[in-house]
Amino acid sequence: MRAEILLAFLAMAAVSYGIRVAGFLVGGRLEEHPRLRAALDQLPAAILIALVAPSLARGGPAEWLAAAAVAGLAWWVDLLLIPLAAGVVAVVLLRGVV
Amino acid sequence: MTLSSKESAGARAAFFAGALRCAPVALGVLAYGLVFGALAQQAGLSLGETAAMNAIVYSGSAQFVALGLWTMPPPVMALAIATLLINFRFFLMAATMGRVLEGWSLPRALLAMFWVTDENWAITMAEGQRRHWGAFFLGTGAMLYPAWLASGVIGHTLGTVVADPKRWGFDFAFTAVFLTLAVGLARRRKTPLVWIASAAAAVLADRLLSDSSLGSSAPVLVGGLAGALVAALAPRAGDAR
Repeated sequence: MRAEILLAFLAMAAVSYGIRVAGFLVGGRLEEHPRLRAALDQLPAAILIALVAPSLARGGPAEWLAAAAVAGLAWWVDLLLIPLAAGVVAVVLLRGVV
Repeated sequence: MTLSSKESAGARAAFFAGALRCAPVALGVLAYGLVFGALAQQAGLSLGETAAMNAIVYSGSAQFVALGLWTMPPPVMALAIATLLINFRFFLMAATMGRVLEGWSLPRALLAMFWVTDENWAITMAEGQRRHWGAFFLGTGAMLYPAWLASGVIGHTLGTVVADPKRWGFDFAFTAVFLTLAVGLARRRKTPLVWIASAAAAVLADRLLSDSSLGSSAPVLVGGLAGALVAALAPRAGDAR
């Protein structure tokens, strides 16, 4: 492997890893305050929704219908594979129709 | 059975539960890894370099952007800054890991931070508090890491044979995964004000900032912080538990 390429990879890795370490250390401090603890409590749900919402807002009827199917299944079935597979199949079929 | 061996058996079971829970997601990661490998080959990276990048950097979205910036010699500073901006969402995710790794020594916990990626972090959080939560988290990572590594190598070998992921609906796979996990969390804890704040802020940030240098991290950061802010201001906001 070329040395300058390895250097680039190491720089990217160091930055990426450093972000996580910093987040972990800061998060530990936040646990000590009740309000910030409440914020940390809800942060996972907030992040998950923030991961999904923009891609749905960018999509069209095919993505919205497929997402509705996924959400409905996810509410009733406690197994990731089923809503996931249904969503992928639904979006492929719906993109051909709507 | 002694107490400590019972403990380690429980941790092992949690590890495998995490790996199993992550298996469907690993399929989606596999599909993206194939595409990444093919693009890396086109960008001029050797097979070994592609494998090394997957192993060392281990960050899909940052790696895709890096290929877009790629020149020889590589622009190290630009790559580092792009990685910082794209991966800043990991700051928020890592901040929530304290309770998962409760009781771990600091060096072990810091080592485990290498495993924090969107997909397995989300699965770990959606699993909710459990015994040996940290071992469960390690299991999810142990499923994803080899999938990312192998798919990059295969994609590089196959090259341009790899088809457009959109055709197979794979672009929707991650939306479906995150949506499923969000619904799982929402079912257990009903905080509609937090959801609305997060979704609205994320969509707004996506509209306003998607062309800025923050790129794909902006909606996650803004949406995550908006939801957390609502939770901090009104700890019982809509909490129907």
